[in-house]
Amino acid sequence: MTGETVVMRGVSRRYGRQDAVRDLDLTLRAGECVGLVGHNGAGKSTLIKMMLGLVRPTAGSVRVLGEDPAAGAAARARRELGYLPENVALHPSMTGAETLAFYARLKRQPVSGNPALLERVGIAAAAHRRVGTYSKGMRQRLGLAQALLGNPLALLLDEPTTGLDPALRQSFYEIVGDLRRGGAMVLLSSHALAELEGQVDRVVVMNQGRKVADGSIADLRGLAAIRPRIRLRLPRAPRAVANGPDAWAGWSSVSEGVLELSCEESEVAFVLRGLPAAAQDIEILRPSLDDLYAAFQKGAA
Amino acid sequence: MRQVVIIAGKELRDGMRNRWVLATTALLAALALTLAFLGAAPTGTVKVSGLAVTIVSLSSLTIFLVPLIALLLSYDAIVGEVDRGTMALLLTYPVTRWQVVLGKFAGHVGILGFATVIGYGVAGLALQWAGNEDLGAWVAFAVMVASSVLLGGVFVAIGYFVSALVRDRGTAGGIAVGVWLFFVLLYDMALLGVLVADQGRTVTADGLNLLLLLNPADAYRLLNLTATPDVSGFAGVAGLGVRTGLGPGALLGALAAWVVVPLAAATALFGRRQL
Repeated sequence: MTGETVVMRGVSRRYGRQDAVRDLDLTLRAGECVGLVGHNGAGKSTLIKMMLGLVRPTAGSVRVLGEDPAAGAAARARRELGYLPENVALHPSMTGAETLAFYARLKRQPVSGNPALLERVGIAAAAHRRVGTYSKGMRQRLGLAQALLGNPLALLLDEPTTGLDPALRQSFYEIVGDLRRGGAMVLLSSHALAELEGQVDRVVVMNQGRKVADGSIADLRGLAAIRPRIRLRLPRAPRAVANGPDAWAGWSSVSEGVLELSCEESEVAFVLRGLPAAAQDIEILRPSLDDLYAAFQKGAA
Repeated sequence: MRQVVIIAGKELRDGMRNRWVLATTALLAALALTLAFLGAAPTGTVKVSGLAVTIVSLSSLTIFLVPLIALLLSYDAIVGEVDRGTMALLLTYPVTRWQVVLGKFAGHVGILGFATVIGYGVAGLALQWAGNEDLGAWVAFAVMVASSVLLGGVFVAIGYFVSALVRDRGTAGGIAVGVWLFFVLLYDMALLGVLVADQGRTVTADGLNLLLLLNPADAYRLLNLTATPDVSGFAGVAGLGVRTGLGPGALLGALAAWVVVPLAAATALFGRRQL
């Protein structure tokens, strides 16, 4: 195992004529929190389902915790696996506590730990109500509770925070952070890169079944080569910057009195040092994660 | 095995929760009681045990009702859970697909078994209490109840096969209704038509035996209507079982095969299915 939780080599999956995932290599290690980003239909869910053994790859190999997840003998690996599906579906006629007890028994975990787990995800008060009466957020919390059963070594969360309110999202990421500190591998899929900022060590960007980028958010910034921009306001702006003194060469006028310069990351300090004292409202505009994501989707990388 | 029991337990509890157990038991008990008392009314002058009459009428009822209930319980079992997304989550747990199928089967047959034993048992006890002393008929009655559960098991297994075969719940429901019509109504009519048209020229006795075994409902009917001389005498099929050469062993074997084969096919189909 040597810390490699998931290893995928040359994995492809076709549905009829449609390529859901194409020739993908991916290694996920213990203690890592990885964001899997892509638009709807980019192959994120298919990728996760292959890691779970629900879908067999048409080509390539998948190893999860050292086993082939689609093999019947993968029962040991599955006990160490937690999965939260997109829009988790639970049995509406069972109560929250019964649902968790059912899944705990299947995973051969003591049911005695369940009340604490329900407390942790914040639905202890509703534990004896039927799941059918739960709100979306409560179902998602219960879904997370079942994924956390038995402190899994690998946690696969498919769009876990879609449709959750910000407070819930925050507590969600706190729980994920705890697990990661405990040495688990956490994979979070999302269709918005911005949502994962500050939560993940590494981002894998997918587009049309291919892996188009893999690295930390800083790495991706470098790869995408979107230059930072410096923007400032001058109280008495030179009318036409282009024709003004040499100091303003390269600057363009955004609006009345506002100037902007696009430069390399390494030049930022130098440019700032050369600015006159009259410059106001100095801003450094770095590409937002959404810009970055858009650049990767367009194939700029 | 543990996993099978856990899943079966969940299905049983589901059945209790959504009133399936209650509704089926009440329906079977109400119909059985009606048949036991109204059906037994004309036998006052004939020297036939009330319980024996009830066995005949109840087994006729069973042939229509139990397969229908079994198919309603089972047609949705696989395709419905896949559709709702609960199956994908379940299969990420350390359970194999055959354990899921077997667990559901045990749970659904348990529901049917409970409903049949209680529903019919109430009628039997009521007859006993009303002054029927024929304890001998109780054996035939027990055989009838047990084989009714077995017949239910057959159609639960067929329902799973349908459920594993198709991708859409509506289609599964439609096919389930078709299966019921075919085995319960059309098969016998077609068989009768063939026999009449054929006039015994090509369809031999052995051929007829085989054709009867190919329909689980017919196997069940023969098993119960020829179970005891008392019952068969009243059912008007005296000696048919002897003449056809189909002993209870062959009939039970046919029913058991009708459980095992569709269940195995359902498991194989479900095993190959990609979620």
